Amino acid sequence: MSGFIKSTKEANQIVIIETDGYLNNEGGEAISAICYDKMKSGQNKFLINMAGTKVVNSIGVSILIEIIEKLQEVDGKIGYYNLAPIVAKTFNIMGLTKYSTVFATEEEAVGTL
Amino acid sequence: MKQPSVELKLPIIPNMELIATQTAEVIARHMHLTEDQAGEISMALIEACINAFEHSKTDSNVFIHFLIEEDSLVVKVIDQGIGFDKTKVEIPKIENKIGKDERKRGWGLQLIQELMDSVEFESNGDGTTVTMKKNIKQ
Repeated sequence: MSGFIKSTKEANQIVIIETDGYLNNEGGEAISAICYDKMKSGQNKFLINMAGTKVVNSIGVSILIEIIEKLQEVDGKIGYYNLAPIVAKTFNIMGLTKYSTVFATEEEAVGTL
Repeated sequence: MKQPSVELKLPIIPNMELIATQTAEVIARHMHLTEDQAGEISMALIEACINAFEHSKTDSNVFIHFLIEEDSLVVKVIDQGIGFDKTKVEIPKIENKIGKDERKRGWGLQLIQELMDSVEFESNGDGTTVTMKKNIKQ
């Protein structure tokens, strides 16, 4: 597990990935590697707990767009929670919120996704 | 009285933009900017640095100048690369990227313009200067 991925777990058939640190290209690739690996075994719902990620760049976020695209092919979904305000604003500007969902808490996310 | 300024010289090394954001955070605290404003400046700075690192096609350093003014913070990101033509940069839209054979990247300028109060680009064959301004809200 890379240093950027703090933990992974599953709840309600959803894979929950907890991140820690800068979401750059390496961070994005660490998330996508887990998602694509889990998709091979049929899982298609993912949540990212971004409590530990206060800084992102557009390259890292672009990799999330690639994941959204791949999930659309298998009728899957991805969501995020515990976003810092600037991360939420960045997701909004880049349009991620049109194709995926930002939740306030894990409880809301697991219950809704 | 001359307004204070801070200058950084960054080598083109991965993640060096985080040095610039750490400096921006200190300056934002000094200027009593809100957390939202500080976050917006840092994000815009990250994108401007990455553009300078990736697109300047040079090994030269990137220079960051923070100009602390009475009613605003001005941040200049200066590279000595080959320059670019802003009129040829397409405004990205996620609808045009998802499900299509389009590269998913290319968001830097859009983010900078959305997050800062004003942005100016000066670019020629000797380099590019991006001047970004965040007004202090009273």
